[in-house]
Amino acid sequence: MSDNIKISVRHLYKIFGDDPQPALEMVKAGMTKTELMEQEQHVLGLNDINVDMPAGRTTVIMGLSGSGKSTLIRHLNRLIEPTSGEVWVDGENILEYNERQLRGLRQHKMSMVFQKFALLPHRTVLQNAGMAPAVEGKSERKYADEATKWLERVGLQGQGNQYPHQLSGGMQQRVGIARALTSNSDIMLMDEAFSALDPLIRTDMQNLLIDLQAELQKTVVFITHDLDEALKLADHLVILKDGFVVQQGEPQHILLNPNDPYIEDFVSDINRARVLRVRSVMIETTDAEGEVSGEVDADDTLESVISKSEGDTTRRYRVTRDGQPVGMLDMRRLVRALVPRDASGETRMTG
Amino acid sequence: MATYDFVFEALGLKEACGADDGGGLSSMADLMGDATGEDQVVSLWDTPFPSLDALHEACPAIPQSREVTRGLEQGFLNIKDSLKVVVDPLTQPLSWALNEALWIMQATPWWIMIPLLMLIVYLVGRSAKLVVLVAVCFGFLAFIDYYEYTMQTLAIIFVCAFICVLFGVPIGIAMSRSDRVQRGMIPVLDMLQTLPPFVYLIPLIFLFSVTEPKLYGIAIILYAMVPVIRLTDLGIRLVDQDVIEAADAFGMTKRQKLYGVQIPLALPNIMAGVNQTIMMSLAMVVIASLVSAPGLGVLVLRGIRSLELGVGLLSGLGIVLLAIILDRVTKAALARINAAQK
Repeated sequence: MSDNIKISVRHLYKIFGDDPQPALEMVKAGMTKTELMEQEQHVLGLNDINVDMPAGRTTVIMGLSGSGKSTLIRHLNRLIEPTSGEVWVDGENILEYNERQLRGLRQHKMSMVFQKFALLPHRTVLQNAGMAPAVEGKSERKYADEATKWLERVGLQGQGNQYPHQLSGGMQQRVGIARALTSNSDIMLMDEAFSALDPLIRTDMQNLLIDLQAELQKTVVFITHDLDEALKLADHLVILKDGFVVQQGEPQHILLNPNDPYIEDFVSDINRARVLRVRSVMIETTDAEGEVSGEVDADDTLESVISKSEGDTTRRYRVTRDGQPVGMLDMRRLVRALVPRDASGETRMTG
Repeated sequence: MATYDFVFEALGLKEACGADDGGGLSSMADLMGDATGEDQVVSLWDTPFPSLDALHEACPAIPQSREVTRGLEQGFLNIKDSLKVVVDPLTQPLSWALNEALWIMQATPWWIMIPLLMLIVYLVGRSAKLVVLVAVCFGFLAFIDYYEYTMQTLAIIFVCAFICVLFGVPIGIAMSRSDRVQRGMIPVLDMLQTLPPFVYLIPLIFLFSVTEPKLYGIAIILYAMVPVIRLTDLGIRLVDQDVIEAADAFGMTKRQKLYGVQIPLALPNIMAGVNQTIMMSLAMVVIASLVSAPGLGVLVLRGIRSLELGVGLLSGLGIVLLAIILDRVTKAALARINAAQK
């Protein structure tokens, strides 16, 4: 990644239990999660996590339940204290912060969106959206404009005087997002923010987040257990399993080159045509010679190319980015990319 | 001759026990023995438990059980004066508050008092039905000339319930914040709740003069404070952890969290505690009439003492009416809070 790194996690360990320090030594010596549970009755939450999160991009942390993803995100604003490790934000190790600095970090630099919304039921939507300025001691009159602006941006015009329980789940989560945006923080932590919503609303919210990202370029850390969601939102994808990072990198790359059977399992259920982009399967070349049926953009999905080709596998396309030719795309190659590696005959040796 | 002689003989402690001086207090068995002139033969079946009295018979150096109660009494009397030096000034404001409240409630003419109470009920409950109920109840009690007594009871309850909330809510908050405080408080609360109410009147009578209002004030407060403490603790502990986490994530201080999140969200439970506290102070105010608490309890007591059936029943009915009013009004307030929070 050539981008600036906003958040950097180094050698982060978290062990839950009465006496984590000796357990930490054992884990560092190579003890597994199951062994630790059986022999020491300690739960290994996170195991040597090293992740760099680029500024202004969306980092998605994906894993099944129990993989430690919610634990990890709570370390970024120290809602959970690590057993060992470092978390650097803008070049400062936040684990060295005292209580006042930590509150400052939470008020100004990081905001959080929760799976179960976690709005204050006794305050109005406007007061909820203005939680961050209210915590700083600003009066409702002062923050009302800012909060209203963000409420309108997330599609809640004129709902400011309602109470959260009067809104539907999707609308409540919009309030949650408006609350995070009103804090004007660079970093937005989203803990399974859309998991409690039904599928259609969830798609709406994902699109809302993508729009907001295009406009605001916040550093978003998004937790999900849903690979479709992860691939849709991620600039950088981190896959967790049993508390350690299985693979991280550019999502297209992970999709095409899974390095672990666990990830292959994940990836096999995906609608690849919708997720994969032309740039990931094209042959890079600047002299696009030969006969072509047309031009496609490097960021188009394969699905759109298939629809353009009307299913004709003999066609070839010139791939362009910002109008410049960057490669060629053969429809045969495209179709082959749609099949997961395991099923395509190139069975890889596992283990 | 006593059952446990052999124990002391076996241990060689007969000397240490000292000789039976024959004087002092003797047991019934000894008297019987003296009267019949023969030793009582105790069968195995009748072997007494090695209690203080039984052991005393064998060894006079061991005190009799009556010494325990006497010692307790003496101990209390010994610390009484120094205890009084501390407790008396601390609780004096309670006496003043009770006296003032009693005076105000009785000095205000009925044609101001009853409409005022109706207004308060309306402001708290926002229900016309409730206001009518209050008017009818007070009207009835005044009609049978129990107005004075009712106002006295009400004055005592207002003062005591207010003080219960004033101290009970902070104690409940302290319990909710620290498991250690909670572990320490729970046995105390259990004891206060299960101790028969008459029992803690006894040391209070020794400590204060029976003519002082704080005597019954303290008894009522101790008895009635428990529910509001418990439910405040419970209410704050039950506040949704997700919301607390959100408050943390947005950098709230502990104080902001307490006043902005925990107390408002615990309010339904706290109000349920206030309701229970008021009900329990009403129950106690009747018993407290034994130690000169004025009000409807005095009439109940008169009904029992001089077997005036009508007075007893009617004053009982008066207490029930008060209980219904206080319960309905606090519940109406609770319902309004709940409605605001869903």
